[in-house]
Amino acid sequence: MASVKEKKNTRAKSKSDFPKETYMEWYESMLLMRKFEEKAGQLYGQQKIKGFCHLYIGQEACVAGAVSALEKGDKYITAYRDHAHPMALGSDPKAIMAELYGKATGISKGKGGSMHMFDKENGFFGGHGIVGGQVPLGAGIAFAEQYNNTGKLCMTYMGDGAVRQGAFHEALNMAMTMKLPVVFCIENNGYAMGTSVARTSNVTGLDQLGASYEMPSESVDGMSVIDVHHAVDRAAKRARAGEGPTLLEFRTYRYKGHSMSDPAKYRTKEEVEQYKQRDPIEQIRQEILDQKIATEKDLAAIGDKIKEIVAEAVKFAEESEYPTAENAYTDVYADASYPFVEV
Amino acid sequence: MKVLQFREALREAMNEEMRRDESVYLMGEEVAEYNGAYKVSQGMLDEFGAKRVIDTPIAELGFAGVGVGSAMNGLRPIIEFMTFNFSLVAIDQVINGAAKVMSMSGGQFTVPIVFRGPTGNAGQLSSQHSQNFENWYANVPGLKVVVPSNPADAKGLLKASIRDNDPTIFMESELMYGDKGEVPEGEYIIPIGVADVVRKGSDVTIVSFGKFMKVANESADELAKEGINAEVIDLRTVRPIDYATVIESVKKTNRLVIVEEAWPLASISSEISHYVQRVAFDYLDAPIHRITNRDVPLPYAPTLIQEILPNVERTVKAVKEIMYVQK
Ligand SMILES: Cc1ncc(C[n+]2csc(CCOP(=O)(O)OP(=O)(O)O)c2C)c(N)n1
Ligand SMILES: [Mg+2]
Repeated sequence: MASVKEKKNTRAKSKSDFPKETYMEWYESMLLMRKFEEKAGQLYGQQKIKGFCHLYIGQEACVAGAVSALEKGDKYITAYRDHAHPMALGSDPKAIMAELYGKATGISKGKGGSMHMFDKENGFFGGHGIVGGQVPLGAGIAFAEQYNNTGKLCMTYMGDGAVRQGAFHEALNMAMTMKLPVVFCIENNGYAMGTSVARTSNVTGLDQLGASYEMPSESVDGMSVIDVHHAVDRAAKRARAGEGPTLLEFRTYRYKGHSMSDPAKYRTKEEVEQYKQRDPIEQIRQEILDQKIATEKDLAAIGDKIKEIVAEAVKFAEESEYPTAENAYTDVYADASYPFVEV
Repeated sequence: MKVLQFREALREAMNEEMRRDESVYLMGEEVAEYNGAYKVSQGMLDEFGAKRVIDTPIAELGFAGVGVGSAMNGLRPIIEFMTFNFSLVAIDQVINGAAKVMSMSGGQFTVPIVFRGPTGNAGQLSSQHSQNFENWYANVPGLKVVVPSNPADAKGLLKASIRDNDPTIFMESELMYGDKGEVPEGEYIIPIGVADVVRKGSDVTIVSFGKFMKVANESADELAKEGINAEVIDLRTVRPIDYATVIESVKKTNRLVIVEEAWPLASISSEISHYVQRVAFDYLDAPIHRITNRDVPLPYAPTLIQEILPNVERTVKAVKEIMYVQK
């Protein structure tokens, strides 16, 4: 019988197992996410960005630690909190910012907005707006990898709220019986909008949800990019060896409200502060300084570079054009001659 | 008369019905402790307690079904969908459950339930969050479908829906929750299935419902400036449809334009067009026109939204076309 719950195995390897560049990449990648999102928040306040806008601030390690553990060609899919995932995979921040503005140069041509970033070239299968809806899709993406014998896998992200949907349970069960190369990653940031995890179920350790399907599962400190990396590495090895899916619960936190319109009165300042004490970027910064991988000055230079990248992204988005009206009728059908109802 | 916001009118309806009938309860995502995603249920947890104002996990299929089961067994649930886009996760329980139980059981069970929440676009939310399923639900025998356009109707129709012994789909709009309007003092009920002639006219009939009544009314204002006298009808419910009121008006004006937010194929406007040509063909002086969402998903960019949604300009143009007015 498959082991239902692998022993938590974080920090099993010594820190020096990672090359210096990895630390620097983590730092840079997470700082870019953070600064990009801070800017997006400001721009939302100025009504440059419209609609629903969900920021990733606080959750950066959940993506950065996964990307460092995986290969080119692996696939990713997530929900609507989706600005950071493609950026970590190499999507151009300019195209992401332009998407937030709804410009034709956006990563989804201005059609998706904040909730629907897609980047096929970088293996990013999108930001999806119906809670839980992307979970079976992730299993399906993995099904195609298995079918074609590629040795690649699909990282399927979701929020803690999504695990109460039937789609999640149906997908887990099927992925397990089919031994699909998929890693289900729950970004457990404690809340689904205003509802805490504890208020939605008697089961609050979300790694336990794998047990009904005998799926190897573990709970991971999602504020630690190193822990995330190790857990994803283990899951990826299993997936690539044909052993099937893994369920990972990343225990993380969103510093901001659910979306830009949420004042987040359902939680205490102290709770937010507690998590900020374990900030994923600050942790890795400290690691870098302690191990003398880089100096304060080096890190400041990276900060400046990122500021520049974000400023350029904003400039690009500002200067880009909105899609023209004809574009309403493109990208709806692959069949370019599809006869829309006109009267 | 007093002035209430749309959301306050809905809340008053629910509060009054919950005070009068112990079997009525409200359930949905964020309805209780968060006071509603759009603050419709503000204060209701405080008044009625957690037994009757119930927060759920994000599990639409589950809580819609729990609602239907409880309705079969004597309760009168109000199930809130955060938006009707998410009702698709629950649609099996609505259509195979709520709408079928009475018929399948030979009338032994009824399902007095209200599914309510916002429908349609609410600005730049892209295509998964900008959909209209009024016509989908209206297609299903066993359901009633109510789509109010103003606070007074919202209150009277929601009270009627809660008291109704059949399953009712009650569709609102995020873009209307802040709208203010006069609401009669005291108890009142607006019967389901009765349209409202909101503006008398003789030249053309404009039919609409829900938040696109604003487009219908503004179009009539524009047309009046050019001497065209439009009669405007608010359907208020799209199952049943008050065909008689529409027919009566068309017999007088001989022209009909329908404004609807949904996509065109198999929509409420298709249905009305069929009905009117079938029973009042001889009264028509011009083809029936309709203004709907263009036949495509609604993306995020404002330029595309502008192209796709029904608006006053398109409506006025359609009216002029069937009146054979130049320019
Ligand atoms: C099926 C469905 N129901 C409701 C919603 C509205 N909604 C959007 S986000 C959200 C909360 C989701 O929380 P979680 O899964 O924890 O993700 P997080 O926002 O914390 O990243 C809800 C209820 C939706 N988008 N889809
Ligand atoms: Mg969450």
